[in-house]
Amino acid sequence: MTFLDLARRNIGRHWLRSTLAVIGIVIGVIAIASMGILGNSIGLMFDDMITDVGDTVVVYPATGSGTTAFTERQVTDIERAAGANRVIPLASTFDTISVGEAKSAAMIYAIPAGDIQFLLDKEAGTYPRDTGSGCMIGSRLAANSKETGLKLGARVKIGDETLRVTGVLAERGMGFDINPDYALIVPYRWYSNHYDRDEYDMVIVKVRDVKDIESVREAIEGRMNRREEVVNVMDTKAVLESVFEAADSITIFLMGIGAISLIVAGVSILNVMMMSVTERIKEIGVLRSIGTRRSEVMRMFIYEALILGVVGAAIGGVLSFGTGYLMMAVLVGRPDYLYNIKSILYIVFGMTFGIITSAASGLYPAWKAAQLNPIQALRHE
Amino acid sequence: MPVIRFDNVSKVYPLPAGDVVALADVDLDIEEGEFILVMGPSGSGKSTLLNIMGSLDVPTSGEVTIAGRQISRMTDDELTLMRRDHIGFVFQQFNLIPLLSVVENVEYPLILKGKKSGARERVAEILQAVGITESHFTHKPGELSGGQQQRVAIARALANDPAFLLCDEPTGNLDTKTGTAIMDLIARMNREEGKTVVVVTHDPRMTEYADRTIQLVDGRVV
Ligand SMILES: Nc1ncnc2c1ncn2[C@@H]1O[C@H](COP(=O)(O)OP(=O)(O)OP(=O)(O)O)[C@@H](O)[C@H]1O
Ligand SMILES: [Mg+2]
Repeated sequence: MTFLDLARRNIGRHWLRSTLAVIGIVIGVIAIASMGILGNSIGLMFDDMITDVGDTVVVYPATGSGTTAFTERQVTDIERAAGANRVIPLASTFDTISVGEAKSAAMIYAIPAGDIQFLLDKEAGTYPRDTGSGCMIGSRLAANSKETGLKLGARVKIGDETLRVTGVLAERGMGFDINPDYALIVPYRWYSNHYDRDEYDMVIVKVRDVKDIESVREAIEGRMNRREEVVNVMDTKAVLESVFEAADSITIFLMGIGAISLIVAGVSILNVMMMSVTERIKEIGVLRSIGTRRSEVMRMFIYEALILGVVGAAIGGVLSFGTGYLMMAVLVGRPDYLYNIKSILYIVFGMTFGIITSAASGLYPAWKAAQLNPIQALRHE
Repeated sequence: MPVIRFDNVSKVYPLPAGDVVALADVDLDIEEGEFILVMGPSGSGKSTLLNIMGSLDVPTSGEVTIAGRQISRMTDDELTLMRRDHIGFVFQQFNLIPLLSVVENVEYPLILKGKKSGARERVAEILQAVGITESHFTHKPGELSGGQQQRVAIARALANDPAFLLCDEPTGNLDTKTGTAIMDLIARMNREEGKTVVVVTHDPRMTEYADRTIQLVDGRVV
């Protein structure tokens, strides 16, 4: 039997209100940890994107200018400006595709066959050849077309021409240039013949060294927009970085919400502890009269608050894992982000914050208890 | 050399309606092994006197010397340790700790003092000496009769083998028969263990136990 034991027993004496106080801490810890994890995952997601597509400069026809598509000559100009970096011009359209009897509409990207491999990764099959009538399908499109039979080797009809699916693309996720996951990729030459068109809707420049991105962008703008605004150039790194900064503030903001809920929990512990002290004034008088020092009385009450905090933090920590996993799976679609060291740290941080809040909330009541005059406390009824 | 000495001790409670003088210029010497009764009407300052003797309270003026130490020179912690190691308190309301079982209540002062080994044996010994049977050891105070609770309280007061046993109306909440048994027990501790005992009481029949009776009226010894 020690002061810790006494503290534990007193908590057991009022299990209902102790449970309520613990629930407060649990919620606070979960809020802080899962908000942190969520924010962190948003950061991770953008991080992944930067490495995936952060080396990309996208050139569009300038809005409001006379240019709506790029000619072969303009593409060559952009190529000159881009120097040694790979330039991939492409066109896109939206059309009805049919597989057997099933008809549906899909986004179609037309890319020079030789360039496809530099822009998109494949998961199965091969890239189509420039002269043949092969095409590729995006991973989500493949996954969603199980019933219609749109898969590797299948035949797709566009208009009155038939294409064979030679490859399936790897999933790419949201991008700033094109979104191939739900699309059909065809060689530009086939597109040009089929639709009788020889212009491009956009040009993607893959920059070898991410550090060059600024200069490539400036070179293209300088060359193309000399006389009038012909192109709009977007570099994904700049866009991602600003979003990335926003993600950081989102994390702090979300964790702030968590912190507020923990502070509310702290107030509830303070309340429970004040009740505990007030109810036990007489008992404190007895303890003091038989030789318990002030510091020992204080310790007893701090232990009480600490037990509530530690139990709450432990339960909260375990549940944070669950909530974190759910949130990652549902909101971000990447449950594996939870195993990121920073995500784990947020859980530890939430738990630590919970324990500290509880201890801090117990400090004042404990001090109050220790300062009681033993005789007045003994007279208390 | 007296073990407790009061030298011109006063205790004044300043209240908005005027100062309440609980003790006025009390001089007192208590020798080792004495059995002393403190009597007087309600509000005459008996409890105040006992609390100051037990280093639970400090006088407004004057000096109290307990076991050779002047309490005016002691810090709160030193006063507390004095209570823990040298003084056993017994109260009218028994004042056992409801969270703790009978054994644990008696063990508590020993644990405060840092004793671990052999504490349980000593506790069992004392409890048996005050007449608590082993079947009651694990009970909580609320499950005992008043007389039994007071016996446990006496056992707790004796746990650290104090020099003084200070009892504030120990029989005040008990019937005559139980009260007599408790007084017999306290007297035995004085006789057999050589404890210096001070008992506050309203019961004039208790005088037969005492070596000496101190009468208080309005905070003065008469
Ligand atoms: N904390 C306090 N504040 C103000 N006055 C007090 C306080 N404690 C005691 N007194 C006053 O001091 C006087 C002596 O009180 P004390 O408790 O010593 O009396 P007592 O002789 O023990 O009485 P009883 O027989 O009723 O227990 C009383 O007038 C009481 O009102
Ligand atoms: Mg009294």
